[in-house]
Amino acid sequence: MHRTRILDHAVLILGALFLTLPVVVAFMTSSHEAAAIHSKGLMLSPGGHFVDTYEKVLTRQGGFTGQVTGARMMMNSFILGVGFALGKIVLSMLAAYAIVYFRFRFATLAFWVIFTTLLLPLEVRIMPSYEVMSGLGLINTYTGLIVPLLASATGTFYFRQFFKSVPEELLEAARIDGAGPFKFFIDVLVPLSKTMIAAIFIIMFVYGWNQYLWPMLMTTDERFFTLMRGIKQILQVWIGSQIPDYNEAFALAVLAMLPPVLVVVVFQSWFIKGLTESDK
Amino acid sequence: MATIEIDKVSKIYHGGVPAVSEVDIQIDDGEFIVLVGPSGCGKSTLLRMVAGLETISSGTVKISGRVVNDVEPADRDIAMVFQNYALYPHMSVRENLAYGLKNRRTPKNEIEARVAEAARMLELGPYLDRKPRALSGGQRQRVAMGRAIVRHPSAFLFDEPLSNLDAKLRVSMRGEIKRLQRRVGTTSLYVTHDQLEAMTLADRLVVLNGGRIEQIGRPLDVYHAPASTFVASFIGSPAMNLVQGELHGSRLAIGPALIDLGQAVPTQGAVTVGFRAEDLQVATGGAAAHADTLPLSVDYVEELGSQRLVHGTVGDQAVTVALSSDAPLSGEMQVAVPLGRLHFFDAGTGRRLAWSTAETHRTTTTANLLETAR
Ligand SMILES: Nc1ncnc2c1ncn2[C@@H]1O[C@H](COP(=O)(O)OP(=O)(O)OP(=O)(O)O)[C@@H](O)[C@H]1O
Ligand SMILES: [Mg+2]
Repeated sequence: MHRTRILDHAVLILGALFLTLPVVVAFMTSSHEAAAIHSKGLMLSPGGHFVDTYEKVLTRQGGFTGQVTGARMMMNSFILGVGFALGKIVLSMLAAYAIVYFRFRFATLAFWVIFTTLLLPLEVRIMPSYEVMSGLGLINTYTGLIVPLLASATGTFYFRQFFKSVPEELLEAARIDGAGPFKFFIDVLVPLSKTMIAAIFIIMFVYGWNQYLWPMLMTTDERFFTLMRGIKQILQVWIGSQIPDYNEAFALAVLAMLPPVLVVVVFQSWFIKGLTESDK
Repeated sequence: MATIEIDKVSKIYHGGVPAVSEVDIQIDDGEFIVLVGPSGCGKSTLLRMVAGLETISSGTVKISGRVVNDVEPADRDIAMVFQNYALYPHMSVRENLAYGLKNRRTPKNEIEARVAEAARMLELGPYLDRKPRALSGGQRQRVAMGRAIVRHPSAFLFDEPLSNLDAKLRVSMRGEIKRLQRRVGTTSLYVTHDQLEAMTLADRLVVLNGGRIEQIGRPLDVYHAPASTFVASFIGSPAMNLVQGELHGSRLAIGPALIDLGQAVPTQGAVTVGFRAEDLQVATGGAAAHADTLPLSVDYVEELGSQRLVHGTVGDQAVTVALSSDAPLSGEMQVAVPLGRLHFFDAGTGRRLAWSTAETHRTTTTANLLETAR
């Protein structure tokens, strides 16, 4: 009994190390100077340049135009992530609501059409989407960054499944209680979907935060650069001497990790609370 | 307060057989009507058409004289209690009770007063701030009732509201529903498949079978004069004995037994004869005056405590006898049939055959009936 427990712990510790070490290494390395990293490779011990590196990364004007700072890129990524997640949730909830609760012709067909778009990733329709956005003059705007990605088959599918599991009697009780379609949605369906919303927010925020290809196409103006592009850019553009600013790239990577971690931590507790508390 | 008139109402689900056909029911103000019948007979469908949750294929439903066929459920001034309660899980009991009123823009203080009143009536005070998940089944049931009561609707509709409760709670809630309905005097339409619940709650029963009305009447009238073999076997527990017999003159042949009815009979030839298990007695020396006897071969006995149910056969037809728990038993018994309590049904259609002036008269009023029973 005792021996297996030690073994269990060993396995768990190994697993934990395996998952956290890269993060620790990135964090530690980011607090050294570029030259030191270049000569000694990755670091496991803290260096003495934590504050100045991070401050520099967040505030230094960079890029060709000198208009973009790390903080600015972070904000852009955040706007993209949140706008993306919220927009997807709102749109897919409304779509699922229509499919599940309204009897209109071809509702099932509509659902399957939406569902099959799951098979088409963004990359497939990226050129036509770009075409449309540039035609509308939405290049280099937040609208252009966010809106074309909002339609979500995944989200619609999850909400559809969830709405279908809500007992019919709730709708009937609400109808007798004088709640119209709008009231029922706001007063009953949305509160009941809390856990689902939290789950989808986590997924979609991270997805939006990590977008790379689309922002690269849609934004040529550096004021709209996201963190993901920034990291890439450091190694290409922000070369001070011959040595790339490894420390800054690592610092930016660490910063890029923080918001998704935060979102997961916050919404996960909400999500789990919802799961354990709610009974439909 | 309201009357409900259901006039030739039918429901045909797309392309299928009618779930409800040509149903007529007139419900008086304040009356408690119970729709009873086996599973799938269309009770819920009928109720839901009155509620407005299901469209009406043909016929009209009037509430307080107004045709409501095309009126939204919320505008019919009815309240409904669902089998699974359908409480809003994310709202507290108080919010659940208030929701319907809020949607009707009832003033805040009025809502508070009505919620408080309903909470007092249903003893829900301590639970007002709890979520439904933190309540027991019986308490949820009471909240569902409360949600109906606070609205002060002109009619209550219940769809098997007690069938999710355990047997004991069901009996006490049954009493509570009856008491509440008496107190607020609201017209009620109540669906159940439990004949005992139907008997105890109803002012009048509506027995449904296959979407059609078999019989409408006061519980005791239905019990004592079932209009068909279906009603006879559905109402009352244990179910009424139904056996095939032959009428020749004033004599009735049931298997090997020949009973002299000694009076006018409704028909001649093959009939279905019905008699209740509790109307049969062991024939001893001093059997009842108008009784004749049937030879019963006993198969098995069920002991219920207060009485014992003896299952056996007369000829080759199954017959059940309810006897007091101290009645003597033997393998072959003679049981006495009180002649006044025999029911005759058409052997083909199963419809009731009136069989003498005395009987027709007896079943017209409960008072008379009780007198005869004595
Ligand atoms: N939405 C529907 N579509 C098609 N047929 C239906 C629908 N709802 C009910 N039915 C059919 O109509 C008939 C009556 O159903 P209903 O639900 O009224 O029965 P019920 O008397 O309430 O039975 P139970 O006691 O089991 O609740 C059944 O044969 C059922 O299969
Ligand atoms: Mg039903």
